[in-house]
Amino acid sequence: MIEKVFKGNSRYWMWLAVLCAFIGVGAICYIRQFLFGLGLTGMGRDLSWGLYISQFTFLVGVAAGGLMLVLPYYIHNYKVFGRLTILGEFLAIASIIMCLMFIMADIGQPLRGLNMILHPTPNSMLFWDMVVLLGYLGLNVICGWVILTAERKQVKPPKWVYIFVYVSIPFAVSIHTVTAMLYCGLPGRHFWLSAITAPRFLASAFAAGPALIVVACLIMKRVANFDAGKEAISKLTTIIMYAALINAFFVLLEFFVGYYSNIPGHKHSLEYLFFGLEHNGHVYNNLVPFMWSSVLLCFGGLGLFAYMKIRKTGTDLMIGIGCVMIFVALWLDKGLGFVMGGLVVSPLEEITEYYPTANEIGITLGIWATGFLLVTLLYKIAIGVEHEVEA
Amino acid sequence: MDKQRRKFLKMAGATALAGISAPAVVKLTSSPALASSGHGAPAEHGAAEEGHMAPAHGTEEAPKGVRLGMVIDMRKLYGKPELMEKAIAACNKVHNIPQIDSKKSEIKWIWEMPFENVFPEHSSYHASKTREENDFLVLCNHCDNPPCVRVCPTKATFVNKENGIVAMDFHRCIGCRFCMMGCPYGARSFNWENPRPYIKEYNPDFPTRMRGVVEKCNFCGERLALGKEPACLEAVKESGAIVFGDLNDPESEIRKVLEKENTIQRKPSLGTKPSVFYIV
Repeated sequence: MIEKVFKGNSRYWMWLAVLCAFIGVGAICYIRQFLFGLGLTGMGRDLSWGLYISQFTFLVGVAAGGLMLVLPYYIHNYKVFGRLTILGEFLAIASIIMCLMFIMADIGQPLRGLNMILHPTPNSMLFWDMVVLLGYLGLNVICGWVILTAERKQVKPPKWVYIFVYVSIPFAVSIHTVTAMLYCGLPGRHFWLSAITAPRFLASAFAAGPALIVVACLIMKRVANFDAGKEAISKLTTIIMYAALINAFFVLLEFFVGYYSNIPGHKHSLEYLFFGLEHNGHVYNNLVPFMWSSVLLCFGGLGLFAYMKIRKTGTDLMIGIGCVMIFVALWLDKGLGFVMGGLVVSPLEEITEYYPTANEIGITLGIWATGFLLVTLLYKIAIGVEHEVEA
Repeated sequence: MDKQRRKFLKMAGATALAGISAPAVVKLTSSPALASSGHGAPAEHGAAEEGHMAPAHGTEEAPKGVRLGMVIDMRKLYGKPELMEKAIAACNKVHNIPQIDSKKSEIKWIWEMPFENVFPEHSSYHASKTREENDFLVLCNHCDNPPCVRVCPTKATFVNKENGIVAMDFHRCIGCRFCMMGCPYGARSFNWENPRPYIKEYNPDFPTRMRGVVEKCNFCGERLALGKEPACLEAVKESGAIVFGDLNDPESEIRKVLEKENTIQRKPSLGTKPSVFYIV
């Protein structure tokens, strides 16, 4: 089936070329970082996790979001998602590979990465994160490929593959839960030390992942002659709406805990993210515009969806805009605010703001481009098979 | 694909998988003592050690064996910043600590900070003048229940079973900086770039570090092994501001100081049980 990626029109090749340019820049930036060290990033002693880890955290969610397609189709036998589940599985593969790349970019001694496996440490959540990420990657590769092969041959998928499908459902939940546990098990970091972190992560994942799939479907409808079906898209937007609402509710709960309890440690991060944190006469607020954009985009997207649901209208363009709004809102919330907000006040009560360097942004864009390239190639295969079966 | 080839591929795949995961399985099932074999000093890696399991209020059992700790008598350091600087300089020299002149990438094992930064849980309105005017000495607390050890994914940081020191294996560290996230005291530094050009005076008796690894105070474990005292203590010995010794030995000097004086620890509510005590 791999041969399908080699056939495409000029627009397809142009898109790949653009992505490869970004990947090339990212690779050069990474080589620079590999040779010099992480000093090339904007991270420092007080703020020692940055863009890489926050992107990793967000993308784990995108990977887990595929669950919202797999679960209704395989458990509830919801046939409408039939053409979409493979897209969810392939998106999960690409996202997990991006996650692993972000982790590799973030560690100071990448050549020692195998120490994680050679010296397994059950008390470290990072070890379990690696286990579930690799497990989920493997499960999706197996399920995606076997089911697609069966579809191409127009036979039923072998029975054994369903075991992997069912196992992949708790795995999707586990990848994001364990990633949340990386944060919410740390003493002295009030913003992260919240039992609601994992549910909040899952809610935002179940909105962000499907939103990306809807956008991809709408693009493929125009450029690749692939129609997921009106009903499937409509159901997905409903799922996105509910998940985004639950996520917003969880964020508001964090506000309640911080502001009603009035404990400084619980308020600092929220204050910094949304209003600016004053310390020794200086106001630290570099993320405030991003966080309010996130709020506006989230509620704007929800409002747009609500309007379309009530009036029972909606063009592809409107749905696409709504999904992009929600996706960007969640990226700002989790891919930017969550990690930086938790780190802004150091354990020694000092405040450090984070500004990523150009080199760091280059690597980040390079990894995102790699992910988009993988998604493009995998979707090309999936749609190629689809067209072949129809023909 | 013919049957023979498929069978071979199945076997090869299974063998490869077993080969990759074998160390993991062996390590997960073996006892802590076995897990640390071949690792130099015998060390306790797990966070849940004996003695920590039943934290009943008031009647907690302290870990057994030698348990090193430190008392910093700030009364003897007030108004004498030069003493603290002497202690810091001694540590820097002995451990080849690079002197990087940027807040972002600096490396520090022992340093000075204002009271409200060191003891945010103890800060209050109308603090005394001494408290406001003097900096306090800060270093790794060598906790009984260290969160850094709990989160490390490679056991690069571990509790030395023989003396309770929270130690670092610089060669094992992959530089994920998870321990820096876990430490609620900001005691850990990361080598953001090659530290060697920043070492002022090279001490051949202690290794230098490479970039991409985490480091911190080791209670001068290497000097203790030679029968010497920690470098910071030695530097300010005449003032008697630092007392060091076995917290589990009722006859030790440190226990006598602890019984006589009122001491505080940093962020006690987090349950990390620091081994560094302050008389303020």
